[in-house]
Amino acid sequence: MSEPTRILATDCGSTTTKAILIEKREGEWRLICRGEAPTTVEAPYDDVTVGVTNAVREVEELAGLTLMADNGLLHPAAGGRGVDLYLSTSSAGGGLQMTVAGVVKAMSAESAERAALGAGAIIMDVIAVDDGRRDWQKIERIRSLRPDMVLVSGGTDGGTVSHLVDIAEMLVAADPRPRLGGNMKLPVIYAGNRDARDAVRQLLDGRVDLRITENLRPQLDREDLYPAREAIHELFLQHVMQQAPGYSKLSSWTDAGIMSTPNAVGKMVQTAAEQLGVQVLAVDIGGATTDVFSVFQGIYNRTVSANLGMSYSICNVLAEAGVENIVRWLPFEADRWSIRNRLRNKMIRPTTIPETLEDLMVEQAVAREALRLAFEHHKMLARGLMGVQQTRTVGEMLSQAQSGATLVDMMRCDLIIGSGGVLSHAPRRAEAALMMLDAYQPEGVTRLAVDSIFMMPQLGVLSTMLPEAATAVFERDCLIRLGTVVAPAGTGRPGGPVCTVSFGGRTESLNCGEVRVLPLAEGERVEAEIVPAKGWDAGAGKGKAVRGVLEGGVVGLILDGRGRPMAIPAEPAERAALMRRARQAFGLPEEV
Amino acid sequence: MATAYTPGLTVSRSVTVRKTRRLPLPGQVLVEAGARVEPHDVLARAELPGIMRTVRAAELLGQDPADLPQYLLVKEGDQVEKGDVLCRSTSFFGLFKNECRAPVAGRVEMINPVSGNIGIREAPSPVEVTAYIRGTVSEVLPREGAVVEAQGALIQGIFGVGGERIGRIRVVAQGPDRDVSPEDIPGDVGGCVVVGGSGAGLGAIRAAAEKGAVGFVVGGVVDEDLIGYLGHDIGVAITGQEPVPMTLILTEGFGSLRMADRTWELFGELEGETASINGATQIRAGVIRPEVIVPRDSAAGEAVTPGRGVLEVGSTIRIIREPNFGMLGEVVDLPAQLQTVPSGATVRVLVARLTDGRVVTVPRANVELIEK
Repeated sequence: MSEPTRILATDCGSTTTKAILIEKREGEWRLICRGEAPTTVEAPYDDVTVGVTNAVREVEELAGLTLMADNGLLHPAAGGRGVDLYLSTSSAGGGLQMTVAGVVKAMSAESAERAALGAGAIIMDVIAVDDGRRDWQKIERIRSLRPDMVLVSGGTDGGTVSHLVDIAEMLVAADPRPRLGGNMKLPVIYAGNRDARDAVRQLLDGRVDLRITENLRPQLDREDLYPAREAIHELFLQHVMQQAPGYSKLSSWTDAGIMSTPNAVGKMVQTAAEQLGVQVLAVDIGGATTDVFSVFQGIYNRTVSANLGMSYSICNVLAEAGVENIVRWLPFEADRWSIRNRLRNKMIRPTTIPETLEDLMVEQAVAREALRLAFEHHKMLARGLMGVQQTRTVGEMLSQAQSGATLVDMMRCDLIIGSGGVLSHAPRRAEAALMMLDAYQPEGVTRLAVDSIFMMPQLGVLSTMLPEAATAVFERDCLIRLGTVVAPAGTGRPGGPVCTVSFGGRTESLNCGEVRVLPLAEGERVEAEIVPAKGWDAGAGKGKAVRGVLEGGVVGLILDGRGRPMAIPAEPAERAALMRRARQAFGLPEEV
Repeated sequence: MATAYTPGLTVSRSVTVRKTRRLPLPGQVLVEAGARVEPHDVLARAELPGIMRTVRAAELLGQDPADLPQYLLVKEGDQVEKGDVLCRSTSFFGLFKNECRAPVAGRVEMINPVSGNIGIREAPSPVEVTAYIRGTVSEVLPREGAVVEAQGALIQGIFGVGGERIGRIRVVAQGPDRDVSPEDIPGDVGGCVVVGGSGAGLGAIRAAAEKGAVGFVVGGVVDEDLIGYLGHDIGVAITGQEPVPMTLILTEGFGSLRMADRTWELFGELEGETASINGATQIRAGVIRPEVIVPRDSAAGEAVTPGRGVLEVGSTIRIIREPNFGMLGEVVDLPAQLQTVPSGATVRVLVARLTDGRVVTVPRANVELIEK
């Protein structure tokens, strides 16, 4: 095949199928247009390709091109019609649902969880020999769940065999069935101690569809998740995708296997972190779930908070965060029960949108809590290996740093990328910036960006075939740079000095409790010096100056002196006033 | 997208209802196509394999797993009763005995010399699926179940809790805009599906349940009362499995919300008739809404099949989000251009004349079509 110049990529989501068209014009890869249509994996259509066709038809109309014939895509392109490359991702039909099992909850089971999450799965349960449940409780649980597949891990190579046999026996006892394809055998991936393979094979072969792969925790201090993730991806294509309505047909159209949507987003986040040389945190907040991705110290992690979302799961955010934590972000005093009823009505009519400013503020307050809770979950799982003996310095011993500490260090985070409706489609970009600032409370110097139209899944799958095209479109058309935040860590009395920021011949003094947004346009870069006040840290240590480049964006340069952790007054009127001041600084309407 | 509005919930006095009744695993279908069935009739039956109970035999005997075979008194495939000795070890010239007994009755399915465990599979338990509605078997699904078809009234709610139940319709509210109080619940609602108006407090809901009602259909309840009835909060809208004594169905939403006139009037017509109800709700792709089905031998009016209506000038709509939540109106314009609404969002809108005479601009996503 000659070098492609026209690429079509689709993402089949639970509710919407999105198509993007990318072309190489004058030597540059650019996004041409985007189309969407309802996903058709459910009755009455029961065929995912109907939704794909409808989304591509919209792209055809917008681009003024012919890409499809009556019987499918025109592929490869000829005479200006059709596409050179077609790729797709999918999370329709509930995505990839897995149960994972390991010997020790905080070690092999946690590594298995990381492997499955990194491969784009939703984890239904984590079973471990030491998880505190009785055997029969675990067996009943395994049986009642109907996962797409199970991942079994545990034991270092040469270590325990009997515990792995126990887990295999539990699977035999439960006799679990796969979610799709009633008479098919359940796919089980074994990625545990090599020495237990035969015993496990003896118990499980013939009862389940058993795949054996490399141990994902071959030594206590080494985690090797790649083979397990590849096995998951392969089984996802072979089993889950083949059972879902219309996917065999869709697979025949694509130039590479259909990738699960979160797996594709993760690929794009990793590519971006590598190519930009940054430590990155990315989030995709949807209606039902919130996915968090990070690359810190070169280690990629992904978590999914399956019940934190903005429509279908909005009441779970309410249940987990509590109404008080939601109303604390509102610039007005609110009646708790009216907020609760309002969120319930959003849950049962999830496609409605805020018409009034007050309604919008309530949804964005919920979003802050969904982002915060999903981030807390991510920090817990994105951590170093537990149980590993470390050589520690005296300083580390004094700071009581333990094995298994989180890898997520907000002071070292260079870039935060937000995507999902509430961030990508916020009426004002400053609202997206303020939501991320409040939820993540970045420290030091951090850039903020949003995915303009949520095309990271398509670019992620593209990055596996044409990384330069994916990166080019990601940089030019996908990312909307909001600006840079300077937020020294520390606490102090309100009005006390936090730092001075000098750039372009001017010096700004920031006081405690204050937020300021200065104009610094997208594409502008300024050399700056940040001198924190005594007790405040801008990245080089308390009171030490930091020099670097600050990048502009559609919101500008944000100076946040509210402290870390951010101090929010308990008194409602005072709290609402603080929120109003922040909105004022961002140029957002304050009164409802 | 072309359909950026919520298709309305079906409220129809005559509609063809098809319910697919499937077993959770393959089994035996007991009915034939064309058979007349009543709600409680069993259509299909299967046997759910029993759970395997693991006995840590070697550990209990204090022996090495590899040595277990020499102490066994049973072999794979044997049937055992609860308390039967599975294996025995003796020591000190037979003076001391260690025994391991079956904790349940079942079949010895596994003896594992690696772990030293014995697995006993309990007897299978029967699983049945009933017809749920009165009607005719229109299709047999071999080894899976059957499709039951009926002609009758169908009212879909917006949210519910509790599963399938059968009962007579009993309207207790004074009007669609009236809340039901505990005093409004008569003493003889046992076995009935109680129908209220705009709302019902926790007192009224509990009174109906205590008096034996099997269902309660009402315009809305406040969040606090739902939590009170369930005894816990609901995070995600997947319901139907709650262990509540009475199924609760909301037709409009949360808060005290006037029941739609059409719904109210239809319940009035159905007074005294037997309904099959289900509170199961799932709001996601493949939406499931709670339902009230009343099969009728002589259904009045023309039969319709629920479908997706078309939003056009003249369509009747209901606003389903603040600031005019619950208001009915008629579409007077469908501007092609996107418009900016007070929240700042630029969206597709429609212009509607409300029943109180006001003309308002509303995001299309915030209306539902009232199908005629």
